[in-house]
Parts: sequence; C-alpha cells; structure tokens
Amino acid sequence: MKQSVTVNQPAEAKWLRVIRTFFTKVNIKKPTFNLSSFLKKVGIPLVSIAVFIGIWHLGAEALKQREINFRIEKTLTDQGESAAAALKACFASNESTCQTNTLPSPSQVWSSILTLIADHYVIKQDKEAFAEKTAAVNAKREAAGKEPIVYTGRPSFVDIVITSLKTVFAGFLLAFFIAVPIGIVIGLSDKLRNAFNWFIQIFKPVSPVVWYLLVFMIVKTLLIGTSTDNSFVISFISVGLCAMWATLVNTAVGVSTVDKDYINVAKVLKLGPLQKVFKVILPSSLPLIFTGLRITLSVAWMVLIAIELLAQSPGLGLFVWEEFQNGANDSNSKIIVAMFVIGIIGFLLDRFMLTIQNMVSFNKSEGI
Amino acid sequence: MAYLELKNIYKTYGEGENTTEVLSDINLSIEEGEFVAIVGFTGSGKTTLVNLINGLLEPTSGEVLFKGEPAKGTSHERGVIFQNYSLLPWLSVEQNVLMAVKEAFPKRGKAVWKRKAAHYIEMVGLTPAINKLPKELSGGMRQRVAVARALAMKPDMIIMDEPLGALDALTRGNLQDQILNIWGKDKRTALLITNDVDEGIYMADRIIPLRPGPNATLGPEFKIDFERPRDKTDLNDNPVYKKTRNAIIEYLMDIGEERKSEQQNTYVLPDLMPKSFVRV
Repeated sequence: MKQSVTVNQPAEAKWLRVIRTFFTKVNIKKPTFNLSSFLKKVGIPLVSIAVFIGIWHLGAEALKQREINFRIEKTLTDQGESAAAALKACFASNESTCQTNTLPSPSQVWSSILTLIADHYVIKQDKEAFAEKTAAVNAKREAAGKEPIVYTGRPSFVDIVITSLKTVFAGFLLAFFIAVPIGIVIGLSDKLRNAFNWFIQIFKPVSPVVWYLLVFMIVKTLLIGTSTDNSFVISFISVGLCAMWATLVNTAVGVSTVDKDYINVAKVLKLGPLQKVFKVILPSSLPLIFTGLRITLSVAWMVLIAIELLAQSPGLGLFVWEEFQNGANDSNSKIIVAMFVIGIIGFLLDRFMLTIQNMVSFNKSEGI
Repeated sequence: MAYLELKNIYKTYGEGENTTEVLSDINLSIEEGEFVAIVGFTGSGKTTLVNLINGLLEPTSGEVLFKGEPAKGTSHERGVIFQNYSLLPWLSVEQNVLMAVKEAFPKRGKAVWKRKAAHYIEMVGLTPAINKLPKELSGGMRQRVAVARALAMKPDMIIMDEPLGALDALTRGNLQDQILNIWGKDKRTALLITNDVDEGIYMADRIIPLRPGPNATLGPEFKIDFERPRDKTDLNDNPVYKKTRNAIIEYLMDIGEERKSEQQNTYVLPDLMPKSFVRV
C-alpha cells in the first residue's frame, strides 16, 4: 500500500506541473478590478468600435443618397416628371422593389445577421423533418445495401462556416504532415536542401488559383467514377499545398540552424542519430516550426475563400460569390456579414496558434 | 604511463592561403588523479584545445592518447563542462541530468536512472530545484546543473572549459570549493582551462600557461604543492603563493609584450598632399 503511494506521487506532481506551466504560459491571473485600466482596456476599444460604426453608417448613407439622386435624375430626363416623382415616393417608402445596390448600412448588416440565424433554425428544422421522413426508407435502403438518401437542400450559414473550418483544418493537417517531415529531412542534409531548393523557390510564390487548377486536374482524374465529394477533397488539398510553404521553409531553417552548443552536448552525450534528432534537434527547432505553422494556418484561411469559390465547395468563399451573383436586396449585407465572420475566425485561429507557439518557445539565452 | 597524453598536436583552421595555425606543438601529459590547470589569454586557443581533448575536434597532426590508447571521437570517459553551460532549455534540471545518466548506464531501468540523477543533483545542492527549467535558475545554479550533468556520465576524467568565467566573484568562489570537494572525494583526473591565475593556483596541482595563438603552444609548467584543502586567506599570506603567482603573471605578461613588439611593423605612407579646390 505504502509503495503504491510513493510510486503515484511523482506522476501526479508531473501532471500538476504541466498544468501549472500551462497556466503561467497562458498568463491567467486573478482579475483585479482597477477602474482606470478597465476604462483603458475596455472603454477605448468600445469607443473606437462606436466611431467605426458611425463612420460606416454615414458613409453608407452618403453612398445610398448618391445612388438615389442619380437614379431619380436619370428617370427625370428619360421618362419625365411623373415617373421621377413616383420613383422618389417609392424610395421614400422603402419598399423592397426600390432598394439601392451599394454599401449596406450597419443596421442592414445587423438585420442580415438575424436573418441568417433565423434561417439556420428553419433549415435545421427542415433537416430534422427530412431525417424523420426518410428514416424508414433509409433503413430499408441500407438493409438492401444501397446508399441512404441525404438532405440536399440549401446549407445554412452555420453549415457553411463549419464546412469552411473543416476544409481549413483538413488542409492545415495535410500541410503539417507534408511540410514538417520534409522540412526536417531537408534541414538535416545539405545535399537534399540543395536538391529541393529550386523546387521550393519556384512553387512557393504560385497563386492559390493555379494550385487549385493543378489539384483539380489530378484529383478529378484520380476520383473518376467514385462518389466522393470532389469539391471538398480538391479544396482542402489546394489549401494545404498553398499554405504549407511557410512551415516547410521554417522547419528546414530551424533544423539546419540548431545551436552548435546543443549539437556539442549531443556529441558529448554520445546520442545516436535518431535520439539526436528527437531529443535535441527537434525540440530546439520547435519554436521556429510553430511560427511556420501559425503562418500556414493564417495563409490557409486566406486562400480558402478563393479556392472554395473556384471549387464550388459549399463554404464561405462560395457563399460570398453566390450572394454577389444573386443580387437580392440583402445580398450586399450578407457579404459584409461573411466578411466579419471570416475576419473574426481568422483572428481566433491566429490567437490559438499564438498561444501554442508561446508555450513551446524558449529563449536561447535561457540555457546559456 | 600518463593518463592523458597530447603528442605534438597541431591544429589549423581553414585551407590554402587562409590557413591559420591555432595550436602548434602542444605536448602535455597528465597523471591519474592529477588536477591540472591551463591558464591563457582570451582567444589564445583554449577552447580549441579542450575540444581536441574531449573529441569534438580532431587534431590536424599529432595524437591524443587517453589511458595509452588513441582517443577517437567523444566518450563518456572524458566528461566536459562547457564554457557556456549548454543546458537544453526545454528540459528540467532532472531531465538534463537524466540525459547524461542514460548515456553512462544505458542498460539500467528508469528507477535507477532517476535515483542516480537525484544523487548527482543533490551533490551540487540543487535538489529543491530539481523540476525547474534552466530559465528559472540563476547563472551559478545553471553551472551547477552542468557540473552535475558532467559528473553523471561517470567520467574518468573531467574537462572544464572556463566553467566559472561568466559568474560573479562570490558564486565563483563557492563553486570552486564545490568542484574541489567533489574532485577530492574520488580523486578523478581533472583538467581546468581558465583565464584566472588565482583560480588556477587555488585549485590545481600544476599550472601550465598557454602562449597566445595563433601558433599557441604550452609554456613551462609551474608546480603548485600547497596542502589540500587550501584556504584562500592563508594562501594570500603565503610567500610561496605570491612568488608563484607573480612568476606566472609575469610570464604571461612577457608573452603579451613580446607579441606586441613583434607586431610593430612600420608602414610607409605615400607622399600625398591634400588637393586644393580653391582656384588660384
């Protein structure tokens, strides 16, 4: 009994230590309320947000007025005074047939957010109803070895965001599994680095659109005759290939520039080649690798929009493009909503990676 | 037979016209259990000499014999304490020492490794900091971890490359005593490279000055045969200590002067007059 206690203790201490270091790294402190610093940290951003929305509102109003004036004047010269008066009244009554097609005002965007959320619940109910209705049929089909009937209706905005996130994570993982191993191998060997250098230098600056086309050519042929979701596969592969270069280069640089002191330590301790890589070279290049991964994730999120648009993958990119093409009254404000959602998610992803990066990084002077 | 022997060692860096000979004609032999200090100016090739002995570098010509056998590459028989502590910053004190323990006792289990690591960490008085990362330690504590790591490899000989160079005077004195204590316990052979003559006299049995490079070579040795354990205050009043110290410093200074006078080339300046832009 006594022995088991002594055996368990160090494990628990280590576990606690990990949590403690996590919290010190993330820097969570007990909140202490201080009015002036509270005003500085919360008040100033709130004021700047209000100013931003105000300027946006005024700008949107000015643009709207300019379009209305132009259209009334044009009607006046083309169709006469009565038609112009009718149009003016129509604009004033704010009917859905008489809407401007310009930058939407903040209130329009807000109502679009509400519409999109309400829309999500409607579609969700729709889906549930569909699932209920087809449950019996699907069970039969599955028993007969056929594929079940799936919901093919319009995706809601939340579905769209989730598709985009899935694509980005799949692409990011692909980039991770390609770039990190290759980067390590290249970083370890001068010869391989020279052999791969031209390849990296040429393909790194290639635009996402071209990557998409290349992946399209290959994947389309590979997946001929299968029922796999082509657009998803193509878009995540393109995103991964576009975004992996930062990680590849950073890993190679990190591995090839490990501090000589650490290499000397490895030599004096007589570590084997594998141990040298895993115990000394990789840990010491982790900070650079994670810097690369952070850039990769933000690049992936940026190119995603263009690639989804081209690949017709039902994510945010396609959403923005379709809204633009469709030209309904609230299309413009939905595009702005998508813009904010893209921005906020991008920011959160970057913050997430920054936290991890801070956890693994160390200062070179710390060991010396 | 000498424990460690350097025979006619030459070391050059670079190739062709850019060759610089850093060390030339180094001959040294150290007996088992001896504490030898090599004293030299900064940049005189001390670190190169250390790296030749511990196997990180190969001599251009000449050979390093360890226990009568030519030494090839690094080995845990020759433990090194580096000038900068070279701890791995992502590992805790214990993990840093464990790396060395695993090397010295590869076949033992985890429990043995942990016990040994704890033993060496206790030896340098760092048990309370066993789970700390190097960045949480002071310079002196870091160097003690480096000492523990070097000792944990169970070296037959311990090579110290200016181990206390970056520390303040008080910590320095403390660590000197600790190293002497540990050395005194099992009388391992030790080689100390330093730029501090007093440190050399306090710690070593023999002091050998390194004439500054390029073409650095070892000068005549000075025997230090004070009783151990030595006391710093007593040493200061000891006339023999003063004499030895002055002799070593004088020797080093003389080389410095010699080198300066060697470099007094005369340059012939071209006979030029400043051009006048004023039209006469």
